[in-house]
Amino acid sequence: MVTQTDAYRVAGAPRAAARRRQKKNNIGVFGALSHVALIVWTILVVGPILWTFLASFKTNPEIVGDAPLALPNSFSWASWGRAWEKAHIGRYMLNTVLVVGVSTFFTMLFGSMAAYVLARFRFPGNRLIYYLFVSGLSFPVFLALVPLFFVVRNLGLIDTHTGVILVYIAYSLPFTVFFLTAFFKTLPQSVAEAAMMDGSSHTRTFFQIMVPMARPGLISITIFNILGQWNQYLLPIVLLSGSVEDKWLITQGIANINTNAGYEADWPGLFAALSMAILPMLIVYIVFQRQIQSGLTAGAVK
Amino acid sequence: MRHGDVGGAGRLASNKMRKYGFIFSFLVIPVVLYAIFVISPYAQAFYISLTNWRGISANPQFVGLENFTRLLSDDVFWAAVRHHALLLIAMPLITIAIALFFSFLLNLGGGSKGGRMSGVAGSKFYRVVYFFPQVLAVAVVGVLFQAIYRPDATGVLNGLLGIFHIGEVGWLINTNLALWSIMGVVIWQSVGFYVVLFSAGMSAIPSDVFEAAALDGAGRFRLFFSITLPLIWDTIQVGWVYLGIAAFDCFALVQVLSVDRGGPDNATTVLPLEIWRTAFTFSKFGYASAMGVALFFLTITFAALSLRVTRRERIEL
Repeated sequence: MVTQTDAYRVAGAPRAAARRRQKKNNIGVFGALSHVALIVWTILVVGPILWTFLASFKTNPEIVGDAPLALPNSFSWASWGRAWEKAHIGRYMLNTVLVVGVSTFFTMLFGSMAAYVLARFRFPGNRLIYYLFVSGLSFPVFLALVPLFFVVRNLGLIDTHTGVILVYIAYSLPFTVFFLTAFFKTLPQSVAEAAMMDGSSHTRTFFQIMVPMARPGLISITIFNILGQWNQYLLPIVLLSGSVEDKWLITQGIANINTNAGYEADWPGLFAALSMAILPMLIVYIVFQRQIQSGLTAGAVK
Repeated sequence: MRHGDVGGAGRLASNKMRKYGFIFSFLVIPVVLYAIFVISPYAQAFYISLTNWRGISANPQFVGLENFTRLLSDDVFWAAVRHHALLLIAMPLITIAIALFFSFLLNLGGGSKGGRMSGVAGSKFYRVVYFFPQVLAVAVVGVLFQAIYRPDATGVLNGLLGIFHIGEVGWLINTNLALWSIMGVVIWQSVGFYVVLFSAGMSAIPSDVFEAAALDGAGRFRLFFSITLPLIWDTIQVGWVYLGIAAFDCFALVQVLSVDRGGPDNATTVLPLEIWRTAFTFSKFGYASAMGVALFFLTITFAALSLRVTRRERIEL
């Protein structure tokens, strides 16, 4: 029996080896092809971004000339200065930092307060308020666009940063409340109870015990709100009209340079402006990419 | 004894007061902000869509369904709806196909090592890089792609084609091509997100399933089509719904990138753009709101239908 198997094994060995070799070869071809595909997509993704940075150092003829893909002849930061000063990108950038900073801070404050109460306390109307917030996730904002404009105008807040900030906070609440409610539910009950036993008030328990415990969740939702609000385009163009150009935000500023570019075409300046808008978000992403990728999928994959 | 009871009830009552006072103080600001800026506009939109409000008259006149009947014979509206239909079919299919292919390579393409399935070499790097476009503002991406799609030899794409002596293509000025060019940008931007999404789904599959399949001699194609695909079906469905809802938006990209905002000759217009233009350029607020209501029902119908149609028996592991 043993010898028989051994004999079979010996006889089968070359064939098995040949099959293995063929299989390895298959993997080799497949592996090579898949690497080609992956590299091609990498180039497609990185190429345009890299090209933007390079073009910001070029001169007008270099960009609009016959070889749009060539490297710049010399690196000069002049176009960055022009974009910052003359195209007001510096002003738009500061406006955006102010608006997004303030509104993200208050989105997180109010959002976590509401989420904490909805997650940890039983009271009549709890579910109703929760579902009101969550239903905001599924409505297209374009449905609300016209009335929203008039609500903001009737409050005297049209063309003001205060108006934009309040609207940003309100429209970030559904997402923030939804995720933070789920997050607060996962935190252990015992620590908060112990604090209450020691005579800590509800408010103090929240700020000194629950918020530090919820830090990982708060950080990823904060990053999402920063990215989402920084990249917002529709709300600024509706709430900050053409008559208050000095209050504009970065996305509408850039779209506007582009519209005007046909006349005085300062292409390096345009690309410097684009680079300035791209860089901060790319840095935020690279620093926090772990939180962003895990946070994104937490809600979608069971 | 009696006194003690009263004191206990009093303490209980004050505890309860304290609790409700706290709940109220924490909820009042977020709920009021939300009611003013989100709930009330949504509610008003339905009413405004039944009026002929043009922003000047203090009292908009109630016109019933007139706006909606006018919508039915509005060519631009139907053009926009057709574009959404095309986006709704093509965009999710292409994006999901590309993203599934890459996430399979990045998670399972490397074969099994020490009993665990692994991705091809460098998969962490690819996963980080593919996500880049997702963090860029759509308005910025729109401006960037204008330079890439420029119709003459100065455009990046036409410059590249020129190297191979292929004639210039009017990416955005050819009415048959423009919407596809814009869809290409949407796909370029979203693939990274779905690679991350599907990767998370694939990493949740227990590795012994793959081991058993590999022992039975299943090749890569079998591993993908017979095992991976059914097991991450739920995640694909989520992705499908996200992409479908995105197909009803596309506002920023069309507004920034297309010729004449929705052109040439309405070849790329979408409902959100028409809503914005009807309201803030032509001041027809009632009509714009009617379009908003139509968009709302289209979105809701799509979400409900796709959840029903793509529902399958969940495979329990």
